[in-house]
Amino acid sequence: MDAQGLKKSLKELGFDFFTGVPCSLLGGIIRALGDDYIPSVREDTALGLAAGAYLGGRKPCVLMQNSGIGYSLNVLTSLNLIYDIPVLLMISYRGFGGKDAPEHIIMGKHCVELMEAIGISSRVCSGQDLESALAEADGQIKNGKPYAVFIREGAIS
Amino acid sequence: MIMRDAIAGLLSAVKDEYIICANGFISRDTFNAKDRPRNFYMLGSMGQASSMGLGLAIADPRKKVVVFDGDGNLLMNLGILAMIAQISPKNLIHVVLDNECYDSTGGQPTVSSSMDLSEAAKGCGIKNVVRKGPSEDIVAAFRDCLAKEGPGFLLLKVGRDPSEKTPRVNIEPPEIAARFKRS
Repeated sequence: MDAQGLKKSLKELGFDFFTGVPCSLLGGIIRALGDDYIPSVREDTALGLAAGAYLGGRKPCVLMQNSGIGYSLNVLTSLNLIYDIPVLLMISYRGFGGKDAPEHIIMGKHCVELMEAIGISSRVCSGQDLESALAEADGQIKNGKPYAVFIREGAIS
Repeated sequence: MIMRDAIAGLLSAVKDEYIICANGFISRDTFNAKDRPRNFYMLGSMGQASSMGLGLAIADPRKKVVVFDGDGNLLMNLGILAMIAQISPKNLIHVVLDNECYDSTGGQPTVSSSMDLSEAAKGCGIKNVVRKGPSEDIVAAFRDCLAKEGPGFLLLKVGRDPSEKTPRVNIEPPEIAARFKRS
């Protein structure tokens, strides 16, 4: 899916607050979002920002690499999940299939099950399936729940 | 002045502002002094009250947002000062109650006794930075901050009451969020 198309889909679903920490796999969508994207210092900070934006009436999306899940777990479990504060997580999937730089291998092996372990639904996407994943995410978000869309290399062009 | 009294003083100056309270005694003291729907009590997620305040201030510039933060909380998310300075929301006041310790876990020291958080805020480029000691008029300083265009940063050096046993916030988290969002 191309970055402009993804941006259009996100906007059509009403997402209007974007923050996060970049990954090379997310470079295209962050570029497409332009001034709509707020650079955060860390992934948990981005989630905090998104939670505040939600309470202010926005529909937030946080972008990060799967390495950021480590920093994010505390905020997801002690803020989003207990206060019913939803967020769309767009997480680049480094280390998929055990093929990547060494720092990505362990998180690559366990990132999906980490989300499952804390009760966050997720989908791993490789391109056009992003559209249906976003629709599913939107349903969860309307029920006050976070949802994680994992983005494999090449899924966003 | 101990933190509980400082918070009661700050609350006496609050009108329709939205307050995001950091976890620990800051949330508990605020809840027990003056509960209101426009108070958001962070129960966990240490460090993130300031992020939430910034997100809220950006999301709705019509809302005046105040963060009641602590030294331990801010030190855990110090990069937020740079973000606040860069984005520079006019509707955000960041108050830091600095008692130089992790009070709710037994008063273990933070590192704020050997550094000045207000200098960190200035160094990041936040415009209105004010530091007040325990014997100064903090309520007047807070009123002054509220009256000025933000972002404001108010460092209040406060004392600790070792016998503090303020009860916990007894509102369910979804209700804390829902009533805040509605208010």
